[in-house]
Formats: sequence, structure tokens, C-alpha cells
Amino acid sequence: MTRTDLHPLRVAVTGGTSGLGAALVAELLGRHAHVAFVARHRDAVDATLQRVARRSSPVRAHGIVGDVARKEDIHPIALQIVAALGGLDVLVNNASSLGPVPLALLADTECEELELALATNLVGPFRLTKALLGPLAASARDGGHPLVVNISSDAAVTPYPTWGAYGASKAALLHLTRIWDAELAADGVRLVSVDPGDMDTPLHALAVPDADPATLKRPAVAAREIADLIASTVVTPRLAYRSEVLL
Amino acid sequence: MNAATARRPRAQDARLLVIDESGRLFDRKHRDLPWLLRRGDLVVANDAATLPASLSGVHVQSGEPLEIRLAGRPLPFDNATRFIAVVFGAGDYRTRTEDRPAPPVLHIGDALRVASLHARVVDIKGHARLIELAFEHPADVMWEALARNGRPIQYAHVPQPLALWDTWTSVAAQPVAFEAPSAGFILDWSMLGELRRHGMRFATLTHAAGISSTGDPGLDARLPLDEPYCIPASTATLIETTRAAGGRVIALGTTVVRALEHAARDTGHVAPGRGLATGRIGAATQLRVVDAIISGVHEPGTSHYDLLSAFHTDAVIARMWEEAEKHHYLAHEFGDAVVILRHGVRS
Repeated sequence: MTRTDLHPLRVAVTGGTSGLGAALVAELLGRHAHVAFVARHRDAVDATLQRVARRSSPVRAHGIVGDVARKEDIHPIALQIVAALGGLDVLVNNASSLGPVPLALLADTECEELELALATNLVGPFRLTKALLGPLAASARDGGHPLVVNISSDAAVTPYPTWGAYGASKAALLHLTRIWDAELAADGVRLVSVDPGDMDTPLHALAVPDADPATLKRPAVAAREIADLIASTVVTPRLAYRSEVLL
Repeated sequence: MNAATARRPRAQDARLLVIDESGRLFDRKHRDLPWLLRRGDLVVANDAATLPASLSGVHVQSGEPLEIRLAGRPLPFDNATRFIAVVFGAGDYRTRTEDRPAPPVLHIGDALRVASLHARVVDIKGHARLIELAFEHPADVMWEALARNGRPIQYAHVPQPLALWDTWTSVAAQPVAFEAPSAGFILDWSMLGELRRHGMRFATLTHAAGISSTGDPGLDARLPLDEPYCIPASTATLIETTRAAGGRVIALGTTVVRALEHAARDTGHVAPGRGLATGRIGAATQLRVVDAIISGVHEPGTSHYDLLSAFHTDAVIARMWEEAEKHHYLAHEFGDAVVILRHGVRS
């Protein structure tokens, strides 16, 4: 199956330096999208930029250092995304926190651990999406089909013991996604949840250290599926045409 | 007149002072807005996000502290790291601009450290405090430093430091405004839905709203500076179809009036694409596109106030101001709003 080209879509990915996020950045760049990715650590952001620079030319990637769990970081992140891309067609809220490591029963989970999971997995995506609704809605008015992809998990649906902080935060994100999608339908902005399945990622290794990687999905496979979803939702109906960019 | 001294927590609390086509005044509430408009009307907003344009820095040669307020873009707008800027002496917004100490005298070629960035004065724009500034970094590095270290421009009448989110409207998109396009604070997503349900259309343009005051009479006389704007083709099309069907074009904010009237100055039709809004709009201006404006409450003597005189006689605008004072409307960027239907437009 051929890969649908995503030029000239403007896509932002949080948690873009490891696991599914890193694979998605590489996949999107391979399809010629214009990509801004966000991650907490500058070293990882710089390393990812260098890695993608070796693969593609010209480089259409922008690395942004920030933590979506921090309220103060959200608008600086949003500003840098829109300044770098000149607008936005797709936001992928991928950055996730597992909660307590190793996984713990809810009764053994510290309140602060639950709060951090909620901040990263629920409130962060809410804040960043809200801050970026302006450019997303502008893309819709301009003839595009903007999309917010929130990365979910089967733990959002099934009550696995010891996955309480993660599962509860992802369940809340799943429902927030449904409600917001209904509310924004008339504005032309769509929100979807994607459960990529159990993948061979650093997050999964934290949760299940003794898992056999051979039984896990490769992040690149999930990244390709998400890119296909973006292609079918955003590109196929009608390729967004670009209005001019004011610096 | 009292100035609003804090960001209004919710758009729904705003009051509207309405002037109709024949100059009559009405006191209304935010929720009444859809009833003031008609099916087929088009509301046009400025979707510029506000830059954290106030940057503290140092003049390298003298070691003197200064504040840089980014205020515009030099032609031909092809370089993301160049700005027009106004220079202030030591201190910040807590001191009224007119009471601020003078900045060090700057010369072309001077080095500055601004918001942790290296910058250089590349031109003096006819006034000692108005410069063209070049950041000597790649654009992504500059944006990160501005996002982290810059602060929104604000004035002494708002004592609490503004956060960036205080200065973004609900529809804020590209970060190109130097001060908030504040008429847009009246919009929230619920209002956009209400307008749609009432059969009104909504469109945006992007206009790099400049700074409103410098505290220096010589500089203030030059405001507003020339402001770049961009009108999407979809917006230009909606304006044409709205007018052809007898609907009215409602500008949300003075920057929208400036952009649309500039874009239509030659043909009377709004040309899509980029432009540079020059000159002031006032009583002598014949409006060719905009039928009504929704604006903040601005006092006489400001360019905002003068622009309103293009919609009605000076006497009507003066009476509007008196009524706003009498009924304790809140002025300035986080205050209440006026809705002015242009004199003579069929209702």
C-alpha cells in the first residue's frame, strides 16, 4: 500500500522524541508534512532534529521544548507551533504519563501521582487544544478539514488493576474528545481518539518491564496507521489550500 | 471614565453601547448581540494572536538597561527576525509611559541583549526611540526566546501582570499582533454558535495590530504605524456574497476596518492576500466596505476614537462617549464595547 503524501499539511505532535511520537514525526516527515514536535528535554529534541535532518531534505521539522503538564508552558508552546508552521491543520496529543512507576494499586497511589497523570494526559491536551483552536478553526474556514488526534489506550475502557491513574486519565480524555468533537462539528474541527495498541515503547517498558518485545506492536506500524487516518480524514476530502502567511 | 483594570473573566459580562443608523443610543448586554444583527450579516474578526512583545534588555555599549516593545515589521516582511520597535528606558509597565526615563541614545549598528538574544539596531526610523531591530539568530531560536522571556505589552491602568493567555482572543491564531486585537475579547465559542444559529456568517482576517501608545507625543502622533494584514480568499469571497445578497459587513475591531478599507481602496471590492494598511481612518474617510463596527470603548484623542468618526458625525460619537461615561462603561482593552451601525446604511 502506498503512503498518501501529506504535503502541505501542518501537523504538531506532543511527546515527539520517543516511542510512538518519534515514530509519528518520522512518518509524517516522510510524507512531506510540515511538522512541529514538542518534548520536555532539550537534549532529546536536538537529537531528534539531527536524526530527521539526516533522513530528509529540506527539513520541515521544528523542535519545541516544553511540558504540556505545565500550565505556563502551554501558550509558549502554542505560539512556537503556529509561528513555525504558519498555521495548523492537525494536532496530535500524544505525550502521556503512566502515573506511578512501577504501576500501583489505586489505594497505594499518591494523590500527586494521580494529579500528574491527569495533568499530562487530560488537562494538558485540553489546554493545548484550546490554545490552538484559533488556527485549527482558521484552517476549516480556509477550506481545510482540521483534526485533533488524542492518543488513547484500551486502559481507557477496560478497568485493569494497577493501571488506575493512567486508565482514569485516558478514560477522561476519551470522553472529553467525544464531547468536544460534538461541540466543534459546526466549526469544522474534528477530534478523534486513537488506541494504537500495546507497543514496544519506553512507556510500555515502564509499565510492563518483563514484556517480550516480539509480542508488541512496533511504534512505526502504529505511526503509519495514524498517518493513514490523518490522510483519509484531512487530505482526501479536499486538500487544504494555503492562505498566505504573515511571518 | 474608568478603565477596566483586569481581564474580564468571561465575555458574557460585557455591556454594549449601541448606536443605530440614525444615531440613537441603546444600552445592551453581550447576549443581545445576535439580536442587533440580521440574518445574512457577516461578522469579520481579526484572528491575530498577541506576541509577548515587551522585552527587557541591555544596551551593550553603555550597559544601560532598556525595554524594547516590538511594534511593527519593516518592509518587505520577508524576514521573521526583523521588527520595528519602540525603546523605553529602565523600568516596566507599572510606571506610566509618559513618566518613564529616557532610554540610552541608540545608533545604527549598536548591539543589544534582548530577551536573552543578540540583537542589533539596523535603522533609526526618524525618531530616537523608534528603531528597526534584527535578532541575530535563526527564527526558531528567536521564537523560543520571545515565547519564554517576552511579556505582553501592558499599561499602568492594569496593575496585575498579564499572562500571554490574557491577551489571546478565542480565535487567536498566528502570533503577529503587538497588542491584543481587543474587540475580539467579546467573542467566545458560544457566541460564534449563536451567530450561526441566527443565520449570520463569520470570517476572519489577520492584521498585525500595532501598539496604541508610547507616552511620547511625537511618537504617538505617528500611530498607528503601518500594519501588515492578510485577507484569506475565503473571507474576501464571503464579503462579496454577503454584500451581493444585501447583508452587512460587521467589523469586530478597528484593525478589521483598517484592513478591509485598505484592501478595497482602489476598486471598492476587498482584494484577498497581503497588504500594508497605511494612514488613519477618520471623519473624512468614506467607508466602502464596512457597515458597522464593534469596538472597545476608547477615549477622545486616540486613533481608535477618531476611526469611529468615519461611522457617524462627530456630534454622535461625542454623545456616545458622554453616555458611556455617564453609565459607567469600562474603557480600554478589557472593558465594555460599542456597536456602531454606519450612518445611512439601510436597516
